[in-house]
Amino acid sequence: MTRRPLFLAALTWLYIVWSLVPVLIAIQFSFNDGRSRSTWQGFSFRWYWGDSGSVVSDPSLRLALSNTLQLALLTTLVATPLGVALALGLTRWRGRTSRAANGLMLLPLATPEIVMGSALYLVFTNLYTLIPLGRTAQLLGHVTFSVSYVVIIVRSRLHSIGAEYEAAARDLGATPMQALRTVLLPLLTPAVLAGALIVFASSMDDFVISAFLSTDASSVTVPIKLYSAVRTAPSPALNALATLLLLGSALALVLAWAVLRRRRGVAAGTDRAGGSALREMASIDV
Amino acid sequence: MRESRSGRRLWPALAAPGTLWLLALFAVPFYAIAAVAFGYPDPIFRSPVPEWDPRYWDFTLFTEVVQRSLTGDLRPVFVRTLLFVGLALLLCFLIGYPVAYYLARYAGRRRGLLLALILAPWWINYITRMLAWLSLLQDDGYVNDALIALRIVPDPVRWLSGNPYTVVLALVYGYVPFFIVPLYATLDRIDSRLLDASRDLGVGGFRTFLHVTLPLSRSGLMTAAVVTALPMFGDYFTNTLVSGSPTTTMIGNQIEFYLLGGSRKEIGASLVLILSFMLMALMAYYLISSQRANRETS
Repeated sequence: MTRRPLFLAALTWLYIVWSLVPVLIAIQFSFNDGRSRSTWQGFSFRWYWGDSGSVVSDPSLRLALSNTLQLALLTTLVATPLGVALALGLTRWRGRTSRAANGLMLLPLATPEIVMGSALYLVFTNLYTLIPLGRTAQLLGHVTFSVSYVVIIVRSRLHSIGAEYEAAARDLGATPMQALRTVLLPLLTPAVLAGALIVFASSMDDFVISAFLSTDASSVTVPIKLYSAVRTAPSPALNALATLLLLGSALALVLAWAVLRRRRGVAAGTDRAGGSALREMASIDV
Repeated sequence: MRESRSGRRLWPALAAPGTLWLLALFAVPFYAIAAVAFGYPDPIFRSPVPEWDPRYWDFTLFTEVVQRSLTGDLRPVFVRTLLFVGLALLLCFLIGYPVAYYLARYAGRRRGLLLALILAPWWINYITRMLAWLSLLQDDGYVNDALIALRIVPDPVRWLSGNPYTVVLALVYGYVPFFIVPLYATLDRIDSRLLDASRDLGVGGFRTFLHVTLPLSRSGLMTAAVVTALPMFGDYFTNTLVSGSPTTTMIGNQIEFYLLGGSRKEIGASLVLILSFMLMALMAYYLISSQRANRETS
């Protein structure tokens, strides 16, 4: 190995500073004792649980937080089983229909959010009119973009497990269903957990789908609240709200990483679900 | 493996719920875009009525929107979107390539830490990252304070009122992590013996980069460009947050305006269709050329 090029090292560290320091400053100002978001006036928790205008005392901020958490939880509960079943089915089931279903599963990963958001908005306002825009529509939309994440993560684990364990169970007289329940699913647990946590985090972070499917104040999520209030009513309470969101998704992702880390071999794929999905699309026969 | 009859039924049965879900909430909604774009205006209320039967699709309105996009009042929006995304991609390349290259080749023992720091923005909410810049770029924010203290500018720069440079830089800031990661994955796989061989043959560092590293990282660059360009083309929130002015409007802003703001939803739907066609062409080009590259290497 040649000597380290100082120029490249400096550039890399400069990039890291540039990408992270603004966010750290924003977090810092969530603890500001004053109203300002650019002049430091001392440390306080008043924007988290103060008597007025804080995340806890302002009903609109509290509602956004509880909407976000509920939506993320429900999305995880629906999308995880759907995705695990789809991953199992697509991996073992061969044929033309299976290939078409696989293509359908990959498409949401390559669809820009605005296209998916517009499509869902138009279908709920014109065809599925029984479901009004709002929290139910948001849940359906979030599950739709989350299922594919679960499939990608679970499938990469399925490939590394291989078919041998299952075949052994079958040779010992297990039915396919028994082999699935007693052999395959326990082996898949870490991937399923990681998938669920990643779905939780990406649902919490989503802005576009939530925004296209929201109606009024009742379906505002944290990203929507940040987006709409930052220009009209800026306050360090928004920074506090953003910090809490950050904490939530960081927690979910660190957990996901830890779960995957325990089993070698799968961790590499999940960091870049988008990229690997694109690469996977590149290998499909057109 | 020998498949029993119950096995043959088990796997399709497992795949069915997810597939049906995606049909109902991904495929059908996509069709709804076309149904609205190719619909007709209600004779009394003038509101758009979607046409679900393709035999009765009416293309007059869609052609009108295409006309406006190619030669009419929407043309500047399309040109601006292409320009902004193109510039942002170029900057992503200039910033992202050295970082990914350093990470893959020289990071050594610090690689884990560096990778974690570079991946961190993926986990930080996009709106939060923009919000962070919004306070820095205020007229009395840290950026203007620093520029004035260093005597680079005499008066505060008005970053947040329709400044096109701010929009492009915000796009870069938002999406450059998505550029770095796939590029890093490719650069990491390059056999360093090839680079050593090139040096042993007396080729200088820069020419080695130009003739060995760069061609070998082509597929990673393509993936990086597609992964960043797709969301950038559909972005509207970055623009609204850091500019909010009609002088920097992109396609995404027009789509949001027509779909969520006004009563001309069919124009919004037509614009979504045009954008989708553009992106599908980009995607198809990417898939075909990366498949060709795969075939060449295998």
